[in-house]
This record gives sequence, structure tokens and C-alpha cells, in this order.
Amino acid sequence: MIGSLDQTVLQELWWILASTVGSLFLFLTFVQGGQTLLWQLGRNETEKSLIINSIGRKWELTFTTLVLFGGALFAAFPKFYATSFGGAYWVWMAILFTFIVQAVSFEYRKKPGNILGSLGYEVFLFINGSIGILLIGTAVGTFFTGSNFVLNEYNLVSWTTPFRGLEAAQNIFNISLGLFLVFNSRVLGALYLLNNIDFSDMEAFRQRTRDAVFSNFLAALPFLLVVVVGLLTMKGFNFDPATGQVDMVAFKYLKNLLAMPPVLVLLLAGLALVIFGVISAKFKEQDKGIWFAGLGTVLVGLSVFFTAGFNHTPFYPSRADLQSSLTIYNASSSHYTLTIMTYVAFLIPLVLAYVAYVWSLMDKKRLEAAEVTGIEADENY
Amino acid sequence: MLEHVNLSLVNWARAQFALTAMYHWLFVPLTLGLTFLCAFFETIYVKTGKEEWKALTRFWMKLFGINFAIGVATGIILEFEFGTNWANYSWMVGDIFGAPLAIEGIVAFFLEATFFAVMFFGWNRVSKDFHLFSTWMVAIGSNLSALWILVANGWMQYPTGMVFNPDTARFEMHNFFDVILSPYAISKFTHATTSGFALSSLFVIAVSSWYLARRRHVLMARRSIAVASVFGLLASLLLGLTGDEAAFMDGKHQPMKLAAMEGLWDGANNAPVVALGIVNGMKKPGDFHEPFVYSLKIPGLLSILANRQPGSFVPGINDLVFGNQERGITGAEQKIEMGRRAAKSLAAYKNAKKAGDIQKASAALDEFNKYRNYFGYGFLKAPEDAVPPVSITFYSFHMMVAVGTGMILIFLLYLFTTARGTVEQATWLYPFGVLFFFLAYMAGEAGWVVAEVGRQPWAIQGLLPVSIARTDIAPDNVKLTFFMFLATFTLLLIAEVKIMLKQIQIGPEEVK
Ligand code: HDD
Ligand code: HEM
Ligand code: HEM
Repeated sequence: MIGSLDQTVLQELWWILASTVGSLFLFLTFVQGGQTLLWQLGRNETEKSLIINSIGRKWELTFTTLVLFGGALFAAFPKFYATSFGGAYWVWMAILFTFIVQAVSFEYRKKPGNILGSLGYEVFLFINGSIGILLIGTAVGTFFTGSNFVLNEYNLVSWTTPFRGLEAAQNIFNISLGLFLVFNSRVLGALYLLNNIDFSDMEAFRQRTRDAVFSNFLAALPFLLVVVVGLLTMKGFNFDPATGQVDMVAFKYLKNLLAMPPVLVLLLAGLALVIFGVISAKFKEQDKGIWFAGLGTVLVGLSVFFTAGFNHTPFYPSRADLQSSLTIYNASSSHYTLTIMTYVAFLIPLVLAYVAYVWSLMDKKRLEAAEVTGIEADENY
Repeated sequence: MLEHVNLSLVNWARAQFALTAMYHWLFVPLTLGLTFLCAFFETIYVKTGKEEWKALTRFWMKLFGINFAIGVATGIILEFEFGTNWANYSWMVGDIFGAPLAIEGIVAFFLEATFFAVMFFGWNRVSKDFHLFSTWMVAIGSNLSALWILVANGWMQYPTGMVFNPDTARFEMHNFFDVILSPYAISKFTHATTSGFALSSLFVIAVSSWYLARRRHVLMARRSIAVASVFGLLASLLLGLTGDEAAFMDGKHQPMKLAAMEGLWDGANNAPVVALGIVNGMKKPGDFHEPFVYSLKIPGLLSILANRQPGSFVPGINDLVFGNQERGITGAEQKIEMGRRAAKSLAAYKNAKKAGDIQKASAALDEFNKYRNYFGYGFLKAPEDAVPPVSITFYSFHMMVAVGTGMILIFLLYLFTTARGTVEQATWLYPFGVLFFFLAYMAGEAGWVVAEVGRQPWAIQGLLPVSIARTDIAPDNVKLTFFMFLATFTLLLIAEVKIMLKQIQIGPEEVK
């Protein structure tokens, strides 16, 4: 059935699937956002414990989504996986290191006998939430600004700078995207905590969290502005579907948005939802803002990935050699593999369903201070 | 693509991969088995309703959680290392190799990640039954992740279900079920998971023995030992069986690995197994050195292990390098020759196609198809390159088998004393329990060395040598990350062990 679909249909389908996983990851970075808010919001051990335990029950999910993002790109777009990970070596290594140290931090922070002390692990969590997300944003930025690689006739990648990807951090657009994601994750983090923690008798803590939503949103705005203006005005990469020839086109990404109205709608609706989430938390004393801002983040993420990959746009362009640029059509796996993977993808709704079910079951009751400090605190982070 | 192979780069990339994989394997086996043991303990709790069993479950779960965190930390880097270290490999076989990795994410990691939170924080948030269900899901999820990654690894040892596409110069999957149901994948999965079960049982036994020796938590320790010795005994028996299957598979599909495992240089009917031996490091293919400085052999056993046929012929390293016409064995020497022809005709095909000469292209393709099975051999410089490091493979294999045999006895002794109610008095047994826990770690790592070093020089058996699989990058980068990993993982390991020891010292809460 699926085997009879056209190769291009499957390639586009897999770009949509990979984009979805990537966008869900961006939503789930509320965990990282919470990590960077730890010192700012948690003024005593109880408050810190509440924050850590609240996001700590979700960190595995965020982590696994990142892993799946990598795995899905490997299976569906192996040339991208090989080119980007083999090429932009240091960016990815740096990102991975921040996730390595994150993975142990929740579990070890409070355990007796830990040689790094609580502070050591809190620093790890902060690094992951700040540098990790910043670099991920920078890496996503290169989907638009391009990278410095050349592929030879056997598709072996060579990188034209010794910084192996870290040079992307010199670009204002990339860095702004990264910083925007950092502040957005903090907005999401604060919104998530508002909705997840039982703040009874902790009015100051609640207010601090509420304020953090708005202040981080304000901090994110200038970077958002640079990104949006940059995106709409920059020259972009374009390929000719007939010849595969890549060249630079003025206002390319603006043209993409205009050529694909649904993507434009996703972007605008996404931004509106994020703003609504923030406003509802700040001015309406609402606690459900995370769901609006979260969905908004997913939509914005989707629109970014779609703008990068559709409408004859190479999603992983090369500045060093335009013709080496990767498109979803020349970087994908074979028809057979994409077919098999599409059958496997039918399991994704099932996975989403049980994740959602367990999530609602576990979060039915808000997290209380007694739960993280009392006798039952045994199993807590 | 051979022009600028950089050996030192390949070696650093290997070293880095081996380092990170071996670190990962320090934690994975304990996860694989301890989740099941926790599930057993909790099942008993739910069935009997006795609070002591709950306390016992929670104690082992806590130790599991400490181990799990660092297992995850060491796993993420491996997922991406195929790209960072072996970019060419990832491109050439991504169609086949990427699929199990992605499937692992979808079907296994999410099970673990989702239900892990319930297992630890759900005691008061979900019903007893749902909690138990979650614990089982974590156990199943972690073992499913082993399944998919071992499918991927099994495919590298015995590539099936794919074809080489001369137009793209890459391998493409053409039968998914051949890949996932490959006998190699099944043998790897069963052997690796049972090794995890055995190791985890020894962990529970070692910790419990320590309590018994100190007369602390006696009841809890006895109960834990009772469950773990049954599980461990079953696992270790299966471990031996599946290990035998693994060796049989090697005999069929990786005869060079098997020859290196047993230090067999000259093939023979009634080939012996070396029960004990000291390898002669000077020995090279085709020379007249003795293979062993000392050896104690069991005649005929290798023929049975490798072929399941007494008296049958088992090829040695020399046969595989230089060929053996009498036995119909094509040596690496001839394979290299044919491989080079394949490479030449592939280049001719590409050139003719570029020039638009259809006739010439199809002739070149025909020529290529004649030799395509040996394409990978064309990259080797000399026939000797087809030989893996013999002594490492030999010693690792023998150490693993010795430990595997010994641990069966340990489990039997613990089970026996438990059944007679004398395990509390059997203090002489405890040091052995603890010792074998550490030996099991060494055996597991040794098993991977056999599997991975024994298949050198191949990244994919017979198709793609490691030297071609690598990324084009200055070795200093890889060197630097090697030391970064070494430092980070070692620090985290020390932290983990400290925390673990502290928790063991604190012990389970006693239910009054
Ligand atoms: C506690 C650990 C442990 C123990 C006691 C044993 N094994 Fe093992 N062995 C492993 C843990 C392991 C492993 C780590 O799980 C490996 C590495 C690759 C794999 O699939 O399993 C392995 C690999 C491995 C291989 C290589 C497979 C390949 O080519 O890829 C063989 C031939 C055996 N084993 C055979 C045995 C035999 C005959 C044993 C005797 C009882 C034995 N093993 C005990
Ligand atoms: C070199 C190949 C391997 C890769 C790429 C890899 C990848 C990973 C990744 C990314 C994780 C973290 C998953 C998460 O988000 O929770 C992980 C954890 C895990 N892996 Fe691996 N892994 C490899 C080898 C193995 C092997 C050989 C096994 C078992 C036979 C295994 C079993 C597990 C298990 C059980 C976990 C759960 C966490 C834990 O280790 O305690 N992995 N692995
Ligand atoms: C977790 C246990 C593992 C250990 C201890 C291990 C060990 C090693 C070692 C020692 C090497 C270097 C061999 C040499 O060059 O001499 C190696 C290479 C490699 N292994 Fe493994 N390995 C493990 C699991 C896996 C798995 C599960 C996969 C694939 C799914 C895998 C894929 C590779 C690859 C691609 C290389 C590089 C190519 C090569 O050197 O052959 N390994 N591994």
C-alpha cells in the first residue's frame, strides 16, 4: 500500500515526521528552561526540590525525543546524518556533552555520598539548559545560513573550516535563534512549573514564577525580532527541481512563506499562541498557559522546518559549495527503507497515546511540598 | 576513495568508539537484568501484599535508578557517534543501519522513559496494579532496546537483506525481515540479554551476601538471594547455550573470527578446543612459528562446536588467508584480487555512464557483478590484513567462557544452600559471589571484544573495512574528544560507584 507511493511523497512525509519530532522536542525543552530557572526561582531547598522534581519527571521524555530525532534523521535522511554529524563535529560534540552531564544530574544531585556536591550537578543542569539549547538553536540556524562543507563524488564530507561547525556561532542570525530558544525554553519552563506545582502557602514563589514567564518573554523578543527580520530579508538557497542546480535567491524564505500559506498560518498562529499563553499567565493569573505556549512552540517549530525544507529549498545548504547542498530529495534513504519506516511510524500515535495517558495520570494531582520533603521523599530527586 | 586513508585517525576513532561502547556496557547489563528482578520482586509484593516485599523492591529499584541514569548518559553519545566517527559508513549503509536505530527510539526508549517516571514517582499516584504494569514495561522496554541495537550490530557481523547499488555506491535494504530476523541478530540478542540477567543476579547476590556477612537485613537478603539464584541459574544455562549458538554462527559466517578465538592457524579435521593456552605473539600468517607457547587441548571439540559435526573440517587462519583448494576455500589473497577487479569495473562503469556510452557501461557493470561479492576485499592492501588481532581475541574468548562456566556453579551453590536454609551459615561462599560479580563484568566486556575486535578489519563483515568507514577529519579532533570522554565518563563512574556504595551501606528500610 505505502510501497506504491511515490518516492517524493515519502520523502516529504518523512520531512514532516522528522519536523514533528524536532518541534515536539522544542516544546519539551521546558525541562531545560526549568533547569536554568532553578537558582532564580528556588530560594530555599524546598522550592528547589519542587522545581527539580517537577521537571525531573519529564527529563527522560525530552532526552528520548532528542535521541529519536537523531535516529529518525539517520534512517530517513542518512546523507544529512553523515554530513552534519561527521562535518559539524564540534557543535554536535558540544551539544552531546551537555546532555551527557544532564542525564546523571537529576538522579545524583541529592543522593548521599555524591562527590560533586549538589552544586556541581546544578551547574551541569544549567550548562545543559543554556549552552546546550543555544547550540541547538545555532545548529538549526544553519538550515538557513548554510554550513561550510564540500561533498566529493562518493559523498564523503570535508569541512572547510577547522572549527568544524562552531563557526556557525559567529553568525548573528544563528546566535539569535539560539538565544531565542533559550529564553523561550525558560518561558515554557516557568509556565510548566506554574501548572505543575501546588503553590499553597508559597505565594512569593508563585509570584516569582509568574514574573519569570513575562520577563523571559520580554528578553526573548529582541532575538525573535532579529530572527524574523533576518529570515524575511535574507538571501536564501534555492534549487531548480529540473536540474537540481542550487543558487542564491533574494528574499527566498519570505517567498517560501508566501508560496506556502499554510506554513505562514502555522507561524502566525504559533506566535499568537505563545503570546496568549504568556499573557494568560501574567495578566489573567491563569495556570494553563503551558499548553498554549507549548502548542505554539510546536507550530512555530513546524513552520521553521517546513520553510527550511520545502518549496525547492535545500534544508542543509553549503556555503562552501552550493552544489553540495542537501535537499530532502537527494539526502533521503531508498524507497524501500522509507516505506518500511512509514509502516513503523504507524506506531507513533500509539506511543503518543500512552505518553499522554501516563502524563495525565501522573500529573492529575499537583506536586506538593510534602511529597518532596516528607518521609515519602525517598524516591525523589 | 582510498587515496588518503589516515591510519592514526582510524585508530583514534576506533579507540573512541570502543571506549564509549565499553563504558555503556558497564551499565547496560545491570539495567537489563535488574529491571526484571525488580519486576519479579514487585509481583511477589502485589501477590502477597506483604510490605517487606515492597521495601525490598524499592531498595533494588533505587540501585537500578542510579545505574540507569549513567547508562542513559553513556548511550546518547553512541547514537550520534556513527555520524561523527563513521560518516562514510553512515552514508553507505544508513538505509539499513539507521532503521533499527530509529525503531529502537520509537518502540523501546519511549516505553522506558515514560514508565520509568511511574516506577519511581508513582507509588502514591497510580494504583498498585498500574504501578506493577509500569515496572514490567520498563523491563520490557529496556530489553527491547537491546533487541534493536543488536539487530543493527548483528547485521554488521552478517550483512543480509540488502544489495549494493552501483549508481550511488551504497548499500540499500531490500528485505527488512531478513535484517531483523537474521540468525545473527537472534543469537546476539539472546546471548547479550541473558548475560545481563546473569550479571544482575550476581549483583543482587553479591550485595545480599555482604549484608549476610554483616548480619544486617538478613531476611531481605535471603529473599533476594532466593529469587536471584533461580533467575541467575536459568540465565547462566541459557547464556551457555546461546554462546554456543554464537560460536556456531561464527563458524558459519565469520570463520576468521572463530579461528582467531581458538588460535587455530592450520585448519584440521577433528580440530581441538584449547582449554588453556599461552599464545605465541610472534606468529604471523604463513610462517613456521608455533602458534602456542603452551597449550592444553581437547581434541575434536572445535569441530563439534563450529559445525555440530564430529570430525568435520574447521578452517584455520592460514587457510583463510592463502586459500585451500583441496577444501574449496577461497583465500583472502584471491578475494583481494577479485575485489580490485570489482573496483576497477565499477570505476569504468561510472566513467562510461558519465560519457554516455551505454554499451561500455553495461559491459563494465556485468564485469562488476561477477566480482561484487568481493568488492570490500579490494580495499585491503595485503592478505594478512584480513587477520584480526589473534591473542586479544583468543584471551577474551577464553576468559568469557571460563567465567560463564564458573558462574553456573556459583548459582547452584547459592540455590542449594538457600533451599537447605543454610545460606546464612555459608560464609565461605560469599567471597565467591562477590568475585564472580566482578568477573561477570569482565566477561561481558570480553565478549564484546571478541565480537568487535574479532571481526577486524571489517566494519561490515566482508564488505566495508573500518579504514573506509571513517569520517574525514583531522585526528587531533578525535583525540581530544577521546580524552574528554575518558575524563567525563571516569568522573561520572566514580561518582556513581560512590553513590551506589553509600546506598548499599544505608540499606533498605526495615519494615516493623
Ligand atoms: C556475563 C557475560 C558473558 C558470559 C559469561 C558469556 N558471554 Fe559470550 N558474550 C557476552 C557476554 C557473556 C556479550 C557481552 O553479551 C557478547 C558480546 C556480543 C554479544 O552479542 O554478546 C558475547 C559474545 C560472544 C561471542 C561472539 C559473538 C559474535 O561473534 O558476535 C561468542 C562466540 C560467545 N559470546 C560465546 C560464549 C560462550 C560459549 C560462553 C560460555 C558460557 C559465553 N559466551 C559466556
Ligand atoms: C553502539 C550502539 C548503541 C547505541 C547507539 C546506543 C544508544 C543508546 C541511547 C541513545 C540510550 C539512551 C536512551 C534514552 O533516551 O533513554 C541508550 C540506553 C540504553 N541502551 Fe544503548 N546503545 C548502544 C548499545 C547498546 C547495547 C549493545 C545494548 C544492550 C544489549 C544497549 C541497551 C541499552 C539500554 C538497556 C539502555 C537504557 C539505559 C541504560 O543503559 O541503563 N545499548 N543506548
Ligand atoms: C556495547 C558494547 C560494545 C563494545 C564493548 C564494542 C567494542 C568495540 C570495539 C573494541 C571496537 C573497535 C574494534 C577495533 O577496531 O579493534 C568497536 C568498533 C565498532 N563497533 Fe562496537 N562495541 C559494542 C557495541 C556495538 C554495537 C551494538 C554496534 C552497532 C550497533 C557497534 C558498532 C561498532 C562500529 C560501527 C565500530 C567501528 C568500526 C570497527 O572498528 O569495526 N558496536 N566496538
